[in-house]
Amino acid sequence: MTKKQKKQLYKILAAAALYVLGILLPADERILIVIYLVSYLIAGGDVLLRAAGNIRRGQVFDENFLMTIATIGALILGEYREGIAVMLFYQVGELFQSVAVSKSRKSIADLMDIRPDHANIMREDQWIEVDPEEVQVGEIILIKPGERVPLDGVITEGNSTLDTSALTGESVPREVLPGNEIFSGCINLNGRLMMRVSKEFEQSTVARILDLVENASGKKANMESFITRFARYYTPAVVIVAACLAVLPPLVLPGAQFSDWVYRALTFLVISCPCALVISIPLSFFGGLGGSSRQGVLVKGGNYLEALAAAEIVVFDKTGTLTKGTFEVAEIVPAALPEAMAISAAQLLELAALGESYSTHPISQSLRRAYGKEPDLARLGQVQEIPGYGIEAEIDGAAVYIGNEKMMAEKAGVQLPESPAGTLVHVAKQGVYAGYILIEDQIKEDAAAAIASLKACGIKKTVMLTGDNDAIGKKVAAQLGISQVFTQLLPADKVDKLELLLAEKSPKGKLVFVGDGINDAPVLARADVGVAMGALGSDAAIEAADVVIMNDEPSKLATAIAVARKTIGIAKQNTVFALGVKGLVLILGAMGMASMWAAVFADVGVSVLAILNAIRALNIAKEKAVVKPIEADSLI
Amino acid sequence: MKKVYKMEDLSCAHCAAKMEDAISKLEGVESASVNFVTQKLTINAAENLIDSILEQARKIVSKIEPDCVILS
Repeated sequence: MTKKQKKQLYKILAAAALYVLGILLPADERILIVIYLVSYLIAGGDVLLRAAGNIRRGQVFDENFLMTIATIGALILGEYREGIAVMLFYQVGELFQSVAVSKSRKSIADLMDIRPDHANIMREDQWIEVDPEEVQVGEIILIKPGERVPLDGVITEGNSTLDTSALTGESVPREVLPGNEIFSGCINLNGRLMMRVSKEFEQSTVARILDLVENASGKKANMESFITRFARYYTPAVVIVAACLAVLPPLVLPGAQFSDWVYRALTFLVISCPCALVISIPLSFFGGLGGSSRQGVLVKGGNYLEALAAAEIVVFDKTGTLTKGTFEVAEIVPAALPEAMAISAAQLLELAALGESYSTHPISQSLRRAYGKEPDLARLGQVQEIPGYGIEAEIDGAAVYIGNEKMMAEKAGVQLPESPAGTLVHVAKQGVYAGYILIEDQIKEDAAAAIASLKACGIKKTVMLTGDNDAIGKKVAAQLGISQVFTQLLPADKVDKLELLLAEKSPKGKLVFVGDGINDAPVLARADVGVAMGALGSDAAIEAADVVIMNDEPSKLATAIAVARKTIGIAKQNTVFALGVKGLVLILGAMGMASMWAAVFADVGVSVLAILNAIRALNIAKEKAVVKPIEADSLI
Repeated sequence: MKKVYKMEDLSCAHCAAKMEDAISKLEGVESASVNFVTQKLTINAAENLIDSILEQARKIVSKIEPDCVILS
């Protein structure tokens, strides 16, 4: 509790003590009135003062004013005990509310506490701590074990492991070596690191993330805008009804007691503040945004949380999203040859790797990686790269052709046996077909689990878009259990396909597109929610997308949808609960069946409960979304 | 240009919405937002007007919630 809150607490206790004294003391009526008035002033003095001040400044309909009218009204009606009790109850509620708000503010601040507070830099031959904003690009800084990496840069000296969980939600620490790029916001766990700064603080990862999360609440969800609009009309409406309630029935109804109807009108005034809604709905969304950022998923606004929760179709780009985008040798299949010419898998790979020694093509690189040894260039004679075909090389004096089907048919002049779908590198040596090597883009470990958990949480359709050929695309889709796949797409075709899918969904359902955020900006923009993956360190991706998954895991999408749904759920509960209770008490109050106590509960009590409920949205981060790993094979 | 100011003792969410509304309507303000949770005021306005806008914003804030102040 802050000082102010403590002071408030003492005042409430003192007023309550006097109030109890007044009830218990068998004293004269006039003395009792004095005790009650003192108690009332201690409890509600600040409310009265604020109400007077606000009226002077032309702010009439605020809580203070309403409470003042209501309680003074009760006092005038001779209901001393009730007037004081209501004021006390109101103050207790306000105090609770204030404590709950500071508490949730603090937990949100903790959640976003990834701002580094200093950088160690060499100035005049000694290490000093400076504000990260003062460090220039190109300077060398020291990061001690246990410190937060203050800026983005490249390690020049030292080995260590980094805790990247604040950025990516990843709990496994990452090992780093000299030459590695590291990002601000991570925590250096054990070694001393020297780092050359590559970006100013304002441009650094941590500054961008904080900026994004803090501004996220600027883009309001429909529910938030609704509440704001609602609040604008609610208070005046209730006040007008209260005025009518006080005046009209006693004039119209025979035998109606004026004081009875004024009392009913006063209960209306107490309920007329829309605080519970106005506080708890934005707080729920803020909690959801904070909670998902803790999981390494940045959502750029409450409106996107709303859209994610209504996701119906999820469209993935293939390369770099569901697959790693790096080619690896998957299979080496030597041709069946007579014994004298037979070739082993190792020899076949060696031929291919040797032939491709000079090529920079990703496939060549994957062959050399699979070979794993330094190719013996002395064995290599003339080499010629034929674009669109492959490589013609002289190895150990023999003519070797390494390339695709066209190469085999047109240049090497060999017949191809039946071979599987996929990217194949064929090898022919001296006019004889020697076999093929199957190269595949690697499917990410959690890709199948990602699709499975999306289906489990009720996503109607998963779609994959790819520029790859039909055979490869269909194979990957089948392995992952994706419902529909479009292959051989040019970048422009992807937008067309997306239009088709958008036409397919129900009016309220949303379409989510997940890509790497680099080549698919138009598609990201066209989708209801554009999600960029692997965004850590990629400014373009962070810029282009509505939702940013910091690491490379597609399964984070299901986590994000789970967080979004829970947040929306909490916000809806709060809306229904607050409006329900207020509505009920308004009706009961009008019928004369609700006391002012009930009215105060409907005001501050509901606020406190709604705030406590909203804080749950923050804690979603701690619950893991339901993602069960499923072996990719078992899905075929 | 965008300016962010920290606020103190912003205790009523309803008031934050009122402040946001009033500050957004000031002359020269492109957009303004009052974040109740982080207690931050963000003003988007032309650079030469920002000082006078801030002054007016202070008045609005103290009118709506007397305890609340904009720090800078």
